[in-house]
Formats: sequence, C-alpha cells, structure tokens
Amino acid sequence: MRLNYPPNVKIIKVPCTGKVDVIHLLHAFERGADGVYIAGCLEGDCHFLRGNLRARKRVEYTKRLLDEIGIGGERLQMYNMSAAQGPRFAEVAREMTERIMTLGPNPIRAKNREP
Amino acid sequence: MIVAERKPLEQISSMIESNSNVLIVGCGECVTVCSAGGKKEVEILASAINMLRSKEGKPIEIRQETLERQCDAEYLEQLRGFIGEYEVVISMACGAGVQFMAEKYKNSLVLPALNTKFIGVTEEQGVWSERCHACGDCKLHLTGGVCPIARCSKSLLNGPCGGSTNGKCEISPDVVCGWQLIIERLSDLGQLEKYEEIIPINDWSTNRDGGPRKVVREDLRL
Repeated sequence: MRLNYPPNVKIIKVPCTGKVDVIHLLHAFERGADGVYIAGCLEGDCHFLRGNLRARKRVEYTKRLLDEIGIGGERLQMYNMSAAQGPRFAEVAREMTERIMTLGPNPIRAKNREP
Repeated sequence: MIVAERKPLEQISSMIESNSNVLIVGCGECVTVCSAGGKKEVEILASAINMLRSKEGKPIEIRQETLERQCDAEYLEQLRGFIGEYEVVISMACGAGVQFMAEKYKNSLVLPALNTKFIGVTEEQGVWSERCHACGDCKLHLTGGVCPIARCSKSLLNGPCGGSTNGKCEISPDVVCGWQLIIERLSDLGQLEKYEEIIPINDWSTNRDGGPRKVVREDLRL
C-alpha cells in the first residue's frame, strides 16, 4: 500500500499486546518518549484470547499513574486494529502525533532542556 | 495473607521531598501476592518517583531491592552493607515489615509506601477481601467456618441484627450479611442446631483490647 505515516513513530514489536506491562510503558516515558500508543488486535480477535483486553486494562491503570506523576495520561492510548487495516494504522499514527504535538514534549525532557 | 494498597504517589513523594537519594525495599511475601509491594511494584514506584522528581528538576538517586520478607531479621540483614548510604528508606512491606526494618536499622529513616488493609483472601485475580480480624480466639468451629467477627460489620456473636435485608448488610448493598452466610452454611452442613446455641459475651482481651500481643514458644527459643 506504501502508505505514509509520521516518521516520529518508533515501532516496538511484541508477540502480543498482552505482553506489554505497566513498567514497559513507564520506562518509555522515563526515557523521554513524548507519547506512547499500543496497537493491539481487534477486541475478540486475540490469538491468546485476552491479551489485548489485558493490555487495555494496563493502559487504563498506567494513564492514572501518569496523571498522578504529572506527565498526563492523555499521552498514552490504546488502539485496536487488525493486520489488514493499513490505512487505519497510518490514520492512528497521524492522530496520535497530532495529539502529542498539541500537548508538547514530555515534561521530563522539557525540564532537562532548560538551561 | 496481609492485604495492602500503595499510598497515593503524592503522599509518598512528599515524605521524601528534601532527600536526594532513597532506597526502596519490597517484600516477597503477602504484598507481592496482592500486587502492592513486590519486586514489580518497587520497579513501578521507582520509575514514578524518578519521573516525578525529574519533572520538578530535582533528580533523585534510587536503589531498588526486594527481600524474601521484611518480618524476619535474617532477610533484613541483607541490607546491612549499604542501607547506611541512603538518606531515607521506603519500605513497601506491610506495617509489620516497615516497623521491623526501623527497629533493626536505628539510624535509618524508614518510611511506609503502603497502607496495610486487612488479613484476607484473593477472591479472584485483582480482588481481595477481608476474612480475619486476628481476634485471638477463633470461633469458626461454632459458626460453620464463617467468621462473625470479621464478616459481620458489628462483629455480633448472635446475629443477624435488624439491618440484614435480603442477605445484605445495612452498611452497603455490596456487603453480604455475615450472619446470613453463617446460617446458610450451617444449614448446608446440617448443623443448624448450632445456631440455637447462644455464644457467650466475648472476651476481647485476646484481641487488641488487651494491648499489643505476643506469642512465645519456649520449646523453639534458642
């Protein structure tokens, strides 16, 4: 399809979104990511039955934690799409990039950049 | 197990506001099982504190350790070599662990990261509920294995009270009436005659009313 999507999106492959834990998401922000989103399979389509549903719950928990930390839960998002939905993948990448652009950089990095 | 819950991050961070290094110590027993203070939660708390402090422009050095348990001296001893290097120690154990660490390391400031809630069970993954008040005089043989002290909101020994409606307690429709459970269980066991026996007034001196408690087994002492 040769679809375009913003080059700032770095993809980390996992066997199933059920593998993604709270600490992985926190580490991403800790190391300076401005935003993180998880692209899981469509709900009901998980090969391991509940992987994507577990990921959603962990994302919800981590969002609250990020709010507590003051980084903002809106920098993290769970999306569901199938492997056949290339255009949707590109759309989500643009949507999330736009959201993060509006929010600005991760406050941790912003602080470190100050003279 | 002892069930606990992490304190709000704000409260924890305010305790260590002025410190530039901290040792976070988890416990591998009850609080690991109830996902409040095990190795994983230590890592999450460390990451959260690190981000919070970086955001404020006041970076903090954090060391993470998780002991087998914090309620036994031999495990606490493992911290001896380096605990003194830290201005403050955050214990992610229950209240017993926090206190025992503070007792063993008199020069270290030991702070709690958890609120210790109750002695309970895992109803299902992610759901824990209370079962025992540690009253010091178990009555489960009289009540079909359901505790009137822990499961009845009023700890009545001859219930239920007038607040029991459709099997629920008057404090909340989500709380099952402990005495409803006892009667159902005794009926299922064919022991309903036990319900007819009046349980005498309780001696609360075995509970906290008698002051801090202690168990000594002379045969086991060294």
